[in-house]
Amino acid sequence: MRIRVDEEKCQGHARCYGFAPTLFDIDDFGLSRVVGDGTVPTELEGAARLAIANCPEFAIEELSD
Amino acid sequence: MTTTPPVQDWASDFDVLDPDYVADPFPIWDELRPRCPIPHTNRRVSSWLPLRYEDVTAIAHDIEHFSSRKIAVIPITGEEGVEPDPVLPYGLPPISSDPPLHTWTRRLLLPWFSHRRVESYEQMTRDLCNRLLDGFLAEGRADAAADYAQQIPVRVIAHILGVPPELSDTFTGWVRDVLEFADDPVRREEGSTGLINFFVAEVGRRKDEPGHDLLSELLHTEMDGELIDPAVVLGIASLVLIAGVDTTWSAIGSSLWHLATHDEDRKRMVSDPAVWPLAIEELLRAYSPVTMAREVTEDVVYAGCPMAAGDKVLMNFPAANRDPEIFEDADTVVLDRALNRHVAFGSGIHRCAGSNLARMELRVALEEWLRRVPEFHVAEGATVTWAGGQVRGPRSVPVVFR
Ligand code: HEM
Repeated sequence: MRIRVDEEKCQGHARCYGFAPTLFDIDDFGLSRVVGDGTVPTELEGAARLAIANCPEFAIEELSD
Repeated sequence: MTTTPPVQDWASDFDVLDPDYVADPFPIWDELRPRCPIPHTNRRVSSWLPLRYEDVTAIAHDIEHFSSRKIAVIPITGEEGVEPDPVLPYGLPPISSDPPLHTWTRRLLLPWFSHRRVESYEQMTRDLCNRLLDGFLAEGRADAAADYAQQIPVRVIAHILGVPPELSDTFTGWVRDVLEFADDPVRREEGSTGLINFFVAEVGRRKDEPGHDLLSELLHTEMDGELIDPAVVLGIASLVLIAGVDTTWSAIGSSLWHLATHDEDRKRMVSDPAVWPLAIEELLRAYSPVTMAREVTEDVVYAGCPMAAGDKVLMNFPAANRDPEIFEDADTVVLDRALNRHVAFGSGIHRCAGSNLARMELRVALEEWLRRVPEFHVAEGATVTWAGGQVRGPRSVPVVFR
């Protein structure tokens, strides 16, 4: 599983960080980015799906590759 | 507070200060949503009240048609005038502004409330909660709203702003005058004058004697080679006090009220630490305290509603969070709700700049209370009172401990 954060949509609610602090890095202005290339370790797939489903800005997506 | 005639028809004549609405708005929203999802009123000023998640978030993102230049839910006619205020020519940025002023003032503020920075305020918040609990634990009873919730955020904000914590009660009074008693022109004027004059003096003092607080640092920050206009700093500081106090205290108070009246949920939070991250978001969803207004910039028909330039739209984030289209069993608190895209902190570019701080304060306040008072309920015969309008939350929740 691989995910990305759409920087245009992210408004810094930080909900993703709440679910998976090792998958997301949030800067001083609240903007979230995926750590590394966004590959999600198997054991964190549940947390990643929660992050996607709870983002109020629909800013996180799963990449299909 | 001025009294208004009772509401006959909520679809065409709603009143957000109606006492029944303030105490329990949820059934009113549920009844309206299917038949009139965007009610209108001519009380105070022509205003619309979107109730559906889809509408609230769409309007929040349409900053061309819906400006943040007038954000008061309870405007006093003529007060939010066209003339710029001589003391606050920039208003209260970023909340009362649109881009470009919004963009750069928001960037100035955000680092103070980043999740890393907020961690550094956690211990003082915890100590503060424990001092408050020490004060009433032996009595076996307390007012969870007035003795506890109300006392916490104001002191954390005073610390961040670098203003004396001894003045907390005064700050609380000003903020209540501005938000809770907004319908009373005398109190509202007193509150805003008190608050602004205080910050004018604090800004003056810090120009020569800077400290390490938000006020000092903003005053000594340069933009494009020039110091920021002190009037902008004044607006930002006043906003942080107004936005950071009543809001968070209302969220803490509502959550404690919920736990005082729902034994199963209280027991679960005491015994199941794993549920906390979801539970905090669920309490924020179900008891979202904050509604903000927008001003319609040009005549527009939105979802069949003829909105005229100058009308207000009351951004009902609390009602959006109870929309059954989006949230299953929306009127029930489900502590471990896994699908919860709530907008308690807003939606779009004005997302609450203090959301990390607010969440931390809510969590720590509940952690310390439940650790030391795991069992409590509303005192028999006691009256729980609520405030509403721009910010909804309980003002008195008398509880006894078991
Ligand atoms: C549970 C507590 C809180 C809630 C529910 C809340 C809610 C909100 C909401 C809904 C907005 C968006 C306003 C809009 O769309 O016009 C907002 C904005 C804001 N809030 Fe909060 N807030 C809370 C606590 C705080 C705290 C503790 C601070 C501390 C500094 C704060 C500072 C701000 C600021 C500066 C803005 C303006 C952001 C902008 O316009 O870009 N809030 N808040």
